[in-house]
Amino acid sequence: MTKLLEVKDLKTYFYTDDGVVKAVDGVDFSVEAGKTIGIVGESGCGKSITAMSILRLIPDPPGKIVNGEVIFEEEDLTKVSDKRIREIRGNNISMIFQEPMTSLNPVFTVGFQIGEVLMLHQKLSEEEAKKRAIEMINLVGIPNAERIVGEYPHQLSGGMRQRVMIAMALACQPKLLIADEPTTALDVTIQAQILEIMNDLKSRLNTSIMLITHDLGVISEMADHVIVMYSGKVVEDAPIMELFKNPRHPYTIGLMASIPSLVKEGQRLETIPGAVPNPLYLPKGCYFHPRCKYATDECKKAQPELREVAPGHKAACIRAEEVTR
Amino acid sequence: MSEVLLEVNNLKKYFPITRGFIKSKVGDVKAVDDVSLFIKEGETLGIVGESGCGKSTLGRTLLRLYDATAGEVRFRGKDVLNAPKDQIKELRKEMQIVFQDPYSSLNPRMTVSQIVGEALVEHGLYRKGKELDDYVVEIMNKCGLARYHMNRYPHEFSGGQRQRIGVARALALSPSFIVADEPVSALDVSIQSQVINLFTDLQRELNISYMFISHDLGVVRYISHRVGVMYLGSMVELADKNALFDNSKHPYTQALLSAIPHPDPTMKRDRIILEGDIPSPANPPSGCKFHTRCMYVEDICREEVPEFRDLGGEHFVACHLAK
Repeated sequence: MTKLLEVKDLKTYFYTDDGVVKAVDGVDFSVEAGKTIGIVGESGCGKSITAMSILRLIPDPPGKIVNGEVIFEEEDLTKVSDKRIREIRGNNISMIFQEPMTSLNPVFTVGFQIGEVLMLHQKLSEEEAKKRAIEMINLVGIPNAERIVGEYPHQLSGGMRQRVMIAMALACQPKLLIADEPTTALDVTIQAQILEIMNDLKSRLNTSIMLITHDLGVISEMADHVIVMYSGKVVEDAPIMELFKNPRHPYTIGLMASIPSLVKEGQRLETIPGAVPNPLYLPKGCYFHPRCKYATDECKKAQPELREVAPGHKAACIRAEEVTR
Repeated sequence: MSEVLLEVNNLKKYFPITRGFIKSKVGDVKAVDDVSLFIKEGETLGIVGESGCGKSTLGRTLLRLYDATAGEVRFRGKDVLNAPKDQIKELRKEMQIVFQDPYSSLNPRMTVSQIVGEALVEHGLYRKGKELDDYVVEIMNKCGLARYHMNRYPHEFSGGQRQRIGVARALALSPSFIVADEPVSALDVSIQSQVINLFTDLQRELNISYMFISHDLGVVRYISHRVGVMYLGSMVELADKNALFDNSKHPYTQALLSAIPHPDPTMKRDRIILEGDIPSPANPPSGCKFHTRCMYVEDICREEVPEFRDLGGEHFVACHLAK
């Protein structure tokens, strides 16, 4: 398998008045061509900041990529010129955001917004761009494409807007699609439609997908490989089947045990005590130790390294071999 | 667990659509349209449905937070919708609500003890003082909050803790019925399970009945005894939870259940993908409201409104074709 994208030791910090927030703190992973990688974690774990760092969308100041490499087709995206990164955004790598309401421009028609990408990157004329926009709208399963191109975002429902976002993101046939909680704002029946479109396009266009979500259900249906993040660090990294069958980090295990649909009837839900630590005052040692039932004195001293615990399966826990689901 | 606590018969709530300067009425949004149900003592009735199906409006209307357009709500046999002011105050002690958003449903200028104690003073059960404080602490302890939290303000708490404050406020008057309107939707998974456990513990301890409104079918299946499914203001199916989840009769319920992504990668299922979006509740389709998206649709569905009927064993369904 060829690696399409490789993120090495990425660190993105935010310099605030109260101190430095290490939103992403030494993250490594790679995305293979034609595969879907899932990034899971709770709010504030740094999964969205990781995605935004790849395309250099971090507001600077206060944010800054302080370390690491993002290798995409032999180029380090953290080092390339502003002009070059603009060529890549929307053309080679594109992104779908969580909020379909706020990520479309309300004063332009959806046809223009889809076509704009094509005019900019592929130098199509306005007419050609419109034709392609209609094709794209058809592709994502919106009926009456000829009429929809002339409509404004407020005239469409949430599910349609998210499909327009996907159409826009895929217009230039990017090699990598970053989807940041693409279905969180949608109802389940609409979510099912969107996920099916994404899977269908992946197999037809061989697009790699980086899917960010907090929903383990969505992950299990979509991803080939999963990364679990906690407080800016990767705590577990494994192929999908392996992760669900044999989770090795206490945080991953705790997450799975707290999902009602994975628990047998009448059984009490397991909980992870406490809450995600404040990023300004992270605990010493392993960031998870105050909430971990396996924690020892060793865990309070040093940060565990992300190490291989089984072939192709990494976890950042010194007791990974002992913990079980 | 046998006595019927709350009975709702043919409840309707229409919101008028007005237009122009003089606000002439041009139509109705039928948010709740002819819903009937009952809840027994110590029981949890889950209500599921997609956004805009009227599940929150249903919960609020039966508590009289909205004025119903038509229908009847009986709580322990007493008429709720037509109760005079002094009686409704008594009823409110028995019927409480926990809101979805733990950020906007707590007054930022009140401390936790004021939030939890306010209703107790208002209803004349306690006077401000040590006795009230002790009782407030007792309630807070039940909800997993400690005495030292008393004088803090909502912004000092995390989302999960705020939701505990919301539950403590609802619990203060020892109600026998609580409407929980998406109480865990705004919370992260690991926190969500803490709050769900709190709900089930309190029910076991105090024999409270819940109407648990949620769009998360996994949560609803876990917490409920019986489940009702709503679509465009109408109840389309209502049954014991196992009957509903394992043997659903309404095509909409079947599609909804098949759409949930299951957190188990080894499971591969046939998914029913519904075409199109939910129609506007201001202008719902004729006959069966679901007929525009239903794969089994027949002529009768377009013309006649299906009756909400019992298929046996208290498995209610509103579909012409269900057997």
